Amino acid sequence: MSSGPPTPIRPLAEMPLPPTPAPQLLYQRGGSDAQLLIRGARLFDPALELDETTDVLVVDGVISAIGTDIKAPDDCEVVDGSGKTLFPAFVDPHVHLRTPGFTYKEDLESGTRAAAAGGFCQVIAMANTNPPVDSVAVLQALQRQAAEDAHIPVAFGATVTRGMRGAELSDMHALAKAGAAVFTDDGVPIADAGVLRRALRYQAVAGLVLALHEEDHTLSAGGSMHEGVVSARLGIGGIPSISESAIIARDALIAEYEGQPIHMQHLSARESVQAVREAKLRGAPVTCEASPHHLALTDAAVGDGSDACFKMNPPLRTEDDRQALIEGLCDGTIDFIATDHAPHAGYEKDEPFEDAPFGVIGLETAFSVIYTDLVLTGDLELALAVDRMICGGEIFGLPRPRIAEGEPANLCLVDLDATWVVGEAGWQSKSSNSCFQGRTLSAVVLMTIAGGQVAYRARSFAIQEVE
Amino acid sequence: MRNLLEIEGLSREQIERFLARAESLASITGSEKKKLPTLSGRTVVNLFLEASTRTSTSFDLAAKRLSADIISVRSDGSSVEKGESLKDTVQTLTAYEPAAIVVRSPHVASAQMVANWTNAAVINAGDGKHEHPTQALLDAYTLRNRLGPLDGLNVWIVGDILHSRVARSNILAFQQLGADVTVCGPPTLVPREFAELGCEVRYSLAGSEHADVIYVLRLQRERMTQGHLPSMGEYISQYQINARRLGANQLLMHPGPVNRGVELADDVVDAPNSLITQQVQAGVVVRMAVFYELLSTGNVDDGEQMKVATVELTR
Repeated sequence: MSSGPPTPIRPLAEMPLPPTPAPQLLYQRGGSDAQLLIRGARLFDPALELDETTDVLVVDGVISAIGTDIKAPDDCEVVDGSGKTLFPAFVDPHVHLRTPGFTYKEDLESGTRAAAAGGFCQVIAMANTNPPVDSVAVLQALQRQAAEDAHIPVAFGATVTRGMRGAELSDMHALAKAGAAVFTDDGVPIADAGVLRRALRYQAVAGLVLALHEEDHTLSAGGSMHEGVVSARLGIGGIPSISESAIIARDALIAEYEGQPIHMQHLSARESVQAVREAKLRGAPVTCEASPHHLALTDAAVGDGSDACFKMNPPLRTEDDRQALIEGLCDGTIDFIATDHAPHAGYEKDEPFEDAPFGVIGLETAFSVIYTDLVLTGDLELALAVDRMICGGEIFGLPRPRIAEGEPANLCLVDLDATWVVGEAGWQSKSSNSCFQGRTLSAVVLMTIAGGQVAYRARSFAIQEVE
Repeated sequence: MRNLLEIEGLSREQIERFLARAESLASITGSEKKKLPTLSGRTVVNLFLEASTRTSTSFDLAAKRLSADIISVRSDGSSVEKGESLKDTVQTLTAYEPAAIVVRSPHVASAQMVANWTNAAVINAGDGKHEHPTQALLDAYTLRNRLGPLDGLNVWIVGDILHSRVARSNILAFQQLGADVTVCGPPTLVPREFAELGCEVRYSLAGSEHADVIYVLRLQRERMTQGHLPSMGEYISQYQINARRLGANQLLMHPGPVNRGVELADDVVDAPNSLITQQVQAGVVVRMAVFYELLSTGNVDDGEQMKVATVELTR
């Protein structure tokens, strides 16, 4: 027995934990790896400052060569990309796939098919399902189903609170370990500031971001559209901008106080953008997003109120708000674009405006709307627009798609000059509640490679002879 | 014009045409309330998905005086109670090939939606808080009968403007006919955006003594429980129109039903300068005019049609 000085007792918190493998976040159906040679497309990856017309070879689902005069190996599909643009495929961290519980509106298969058609290679599904994703059991069931059905890699969000009731916390540590990508009660706000604060503190053991639907129901109650001149004229109850901006200001302060990251979803108002801008200047750990429909449309689109496809939450607001969102996207206040793809059945949206459910689909039109209504108009540079369509997964731990040798193939081939009429050829989504129905848009997605597999080809985009 | 969905978008000429037709019908049918064969053999559907006494009975009578066959569908007692959608209800009723569908609904734009689903002429009898065009027409008709053209008239609309389809329609109609409109009520019930519709916005009755017409809206008691108003007493003390506030030279109007003792004191409802009864009476002939204008197939000059009708009546 040695009689040296006693070994100091180390507190438990300092003891190194055994290394645990990082949980798998993304799940996709098994399929054959892409074997492709894309000839002569304009490669455009803003993160790598890549803008070059050249060839790309994908072997076994991985980008194996970029350059001219690449010889196509055996069993390789050759795609004529001349006149087309190849982007890293897009990422949407805010979609509703309605599984489980509402699969008549959308399911994992149709929703990921719609995403692939829009040029997306990754999506994060929200948790406001039935039952909500507030337990490891539901999460793992979804992951297993995605491994069967998902055309593109899907990650799943878990709820912040049990049952999304805004009171008790869900098992955040277990859910994070099981591969949840984000905590979110999206659909409903976390009204109680005390609950939000505790959620932020506790989730440090989980290490994920809290994504928040920012709405004060006491201000928005009874409203179906933006509170303004249009709602006053129509006699439809209004949702004032302060119902969003007041909560954003509150939550930014709480995040700053706790030093934990929060992400604010679907911004719609100038005051909200300003609140986030000020919070970021103070160094608060806040990020936020905006949707294509909020960037493209205003409350004037509600028209005579007979079409509930213009009803969503938060609502379309004024031109001044739209300009503020564009400015926010340009100066970095708004971190990325996310669709908040929210399918509803036709008969549900056929109800009178005030009765119909909130929400519009957006995956299949996202890039075309951004390109047509913002890039072609000169409001956004193509490089910035594309970057904001791709970078949305990073804060949630998803790997960013890149066009570089050695990267897994996550690509979308787009004909920027071709036009299409929204909805004319039907929808990949089960639902058709789009606020762009009937519009003629530029930019047609021809092909999407997601997670190394060809996930989508446009109907008219023929497979060419193997060389 | 195929439908009458709203006053918005109607020109002064179009409004005056309805009023002129109402006058002509009033003189033809006379005090004996003679029937006209205008809609004989044709079907009118009255679809009332919201409570109504005045409007529904008025449309009923108007269609009958034009010899139409009438189908009345109300929410209670119909499959709407079973949850049948508006669209399915309309498609069912369309099977009867109605010439016109009159729609009242608690939802904005319902009449427009119905018009999208049917070839029948659609008349909006009140869609949520949006518009009540035939109310505005009968109010304009009543006022014109009493005072002549409305140009330069000073009209105050007093009460719960926010929730009032009558206010929205009447502001547009009175302005189109040349009147100046002021809306007045508690700040929580008068949206500031109404100033952008071209009317004055006031939160107190001060100045209303200069109005030619005071048009009072019904105040629902629920507005207290919903937190828009602190109490009935606060509303009454500031906004109730009573004999003290209503000048002998001012005309009083109200779309009904009246909450006696709330927005109107008992003593003014039946005062000689109240036009409330005349408004109800005007309702039938104005709605006959709407049916007539939308449905009569006359390529014939109006004068001749009037003559034909008179001949039929005297035979």
